[in-house]
Amino acid sequence: MRDVAVIGVGMIKFGRYPEKTVPELGAQAAHLALKDAGVDMKDIELVASGNLYQSNAMVGQRILQIIGQTGVPVINVANACATGSTAFREAYMSVASGAYDMTMAIGSEQMGKMGLLGGGGAGGDPAYSTEGVLGSGLMPAVFGMAGVEHMRKYGSTQEHFAKVSVKNHKHSMHNPYSQYQTEVGLEEVLNARVVSWPNTLYMCCPTGDGAAAAILCSMDKARQYTTKPIRVAASVLTSDPWTQRDLIMPDINTLTRNAAKEAYEKAGIGPGDLDLIELHDCFATAELLHYENLGICGEGEAGRMIDEGATSVGGKIPVNASGGLLSKGHPLGATGVANVCEVVWHLRGEAGNRQVEGAKVGMAHVIGLGSACTLQVLEKV
Amino acid sequence: MAEAPAAEKTQRPIVPFLKLPATGNPYLQGSRCKKCGATYLGARMACSKCFSTDAMDDVQLSDKGELHVFSIVHQSAPGVPTPYIAAIVDLPEGVSVRCNIQGVEPDPKNLKFGMPVQMVTEKIRTDREGNDVIAFSFKPI
Repeated sequence: MRDVAVIGVGMIKFGRYPEKTVPELGAQAAHLALKDAGVDMKDIELVASGNLYQSNAMVGQRILQIIGQTGVPVINVANACATGSTAFREAYMSVASGAYDMTMAIGSEQMGKMGLLGGGGAGGDPAYSTEGVLGSGLMPAVFGMAGVEHMRKYGSTQEHFAKVSVKNHKHSMHNPYSQYQTEVGLEEVLNARVVSWPNTLYMCCPTGDGAAAAILCSMDKARQYTTKPIRVAASVLTSDPWTQRDLIMPDINTLTRNAAKEAYEKAGIGPGDLDLIELHDCFATAELLHYENLGICGEGEAGRMIDEGATSVGGKIPVNASGGLLSKGHPLGATGVANVCEVVWHLRGEAGNRQVEGAKVGMAHVIGLGSACTLQVLEKV
Repeated sequence: MAEAPAAEKTQRPIVPFLKLPATGNPYLQGSRCKKCGATYLGARMACSKCFSTDAMDDVQLSDKGELHVFSIVHQSAPGVPTPYIAAIVDLPEGVSVRCNIQGVEPDPKNLKFGMPVQMVTEKIRTDREGNDVIAFSFKPI
C-alpha cells in the first residue's frame, strides 16, 4: 500500500434543500472539492458515491451526468450512517492499492424532515410490527440505552450527557457549514422535551440535507496540486464482532475499539498524539462512550472529561469542533465525508474561528448501526 | 374430495421465538451452539461466535430475568403509543431480550439496574385473518 493524500475538500452547508435533487447536492460539493484541489473531472479516475436513502438510484452516475461524464468507474456505496465514510475509504483504497492515482469520494443525502424515525419498516402485516411492543429498535432508544449502560457501569448522569450537547452547540456558533448555529444552556438541554430518555431534543442530531466531497491522490503526485497535502495515515473499516448482547442490543463500543486499535497501529500513533477528533455524536450519549472507545481517556473517565472541558476547543483534545452531528446535522451519506472536510480544514489552518491551533493530526470517526465503524486518521505533512 | 377445514381463528405469536404451547405457559425459545455453548434467541443457521454449522439445541428460556438497561421512549413511530419503557432483559441462559417493561409508570425512578422481572403475554392486536396476535413483555416481580 502506498501513501495517499487528500488534496481537495468541499461541502455545502447542511440544512434543508427541498428544491434540489440529491445529485444536484452531490454535484455542488464535488465542484467545491475539484476547485479546492485545482483539478477537474478529466483528472478523476474513479468516483465513490455514498448515499443511503436512494441507494438503488445510481446517485454517483447521476452526479457525473451533471459535472462530467468521463466513463470512469463509479461505485455507489450504502453502509448506514457510515455510508459517506465508507465511500471515502473506497476512494482511498483505490489509490493506496496503486490501481488509480486520483479518485473522488462524494457523500450526499436528502432527508428533509423524515426524522430518524423514518426507517424501520419491516413490511408484511403491520399487526406483527414489534416497534413499541418489544421495546424499540429506533435510534433514539438504541442510543438512549447505550448511554444508560454507561450510567450503569460508571455512574455517569444525564447531566454529563447534556454537557456534550452544550459543548457541541457552542462549537457550532463558529461553523458556517452547520445546520444549526445556536447556543443552548445546560438547563435548556435538560428541560427540553425528552425524545428517548436520557436524550432530550437537543441531545439528538437533526435530520436534513447535505453533501460533501474529497479528492484523493497518491502522495508522490500530491505536491503537483497543493502545497498542503494531508496524508491519510490510516483508513479503517470494521463490522461488529460477536459479543454477548450485540444481536439484541447493538454494541456500538466493541467495533469502535477494534477500529481504534487498528487505526493507531497503522498510523503509528497513540490517542495522545491526536490534536482533534470529529466523532459520531448522533446522540449526546454516544459521544461520551466514544471518548473511552477511542482511548482519549480511561475506562469510566468520560464524564469527568466533559466536566473538565477537556474536549472543548481550547481544551486538551477538542472533539467535534464543527458542532458535531448534534448541530452540524447528519445527512447520513454526507456525514463521513464532511467529517474529513472538517479535519482537513483544521490541519491546513483554514478552520476560521473554530480553528484548533497548531493541529497536526486529526481523526474522523463514524459508526453506522448494524454495524459499521470507520476511522480516518489524517496528518499534516 | 374432502372439504378443506374452515380456517380457525387462532393465537399467533408476534415473533417466531415466542412459543404458545396448547398446554403449559408461553415461553421464549432459544438455540444453543453444541460446540461453544453460545445461546441465541430463536433459531439460527450457524453460530456467529464460533462459526459452527452443526444443528443447535433448542432451549426453553427462563421466564424470569434481570433488567439490564432501559430507555423511556417519548417519541416513536406514528401510531405507537408513548411514553413507554423500552428495555433489555438478561435471562439466566446468557440470552438478552429486547422488550417493553410493563407494570410501572415510565419514569427512570421506578427502574433499578438488575431488578428481577418476569415475562407476561397478552393479545395486542388482531391480524388481517382475524387471528389474535400475542406479544410478550416483562414486569417487575
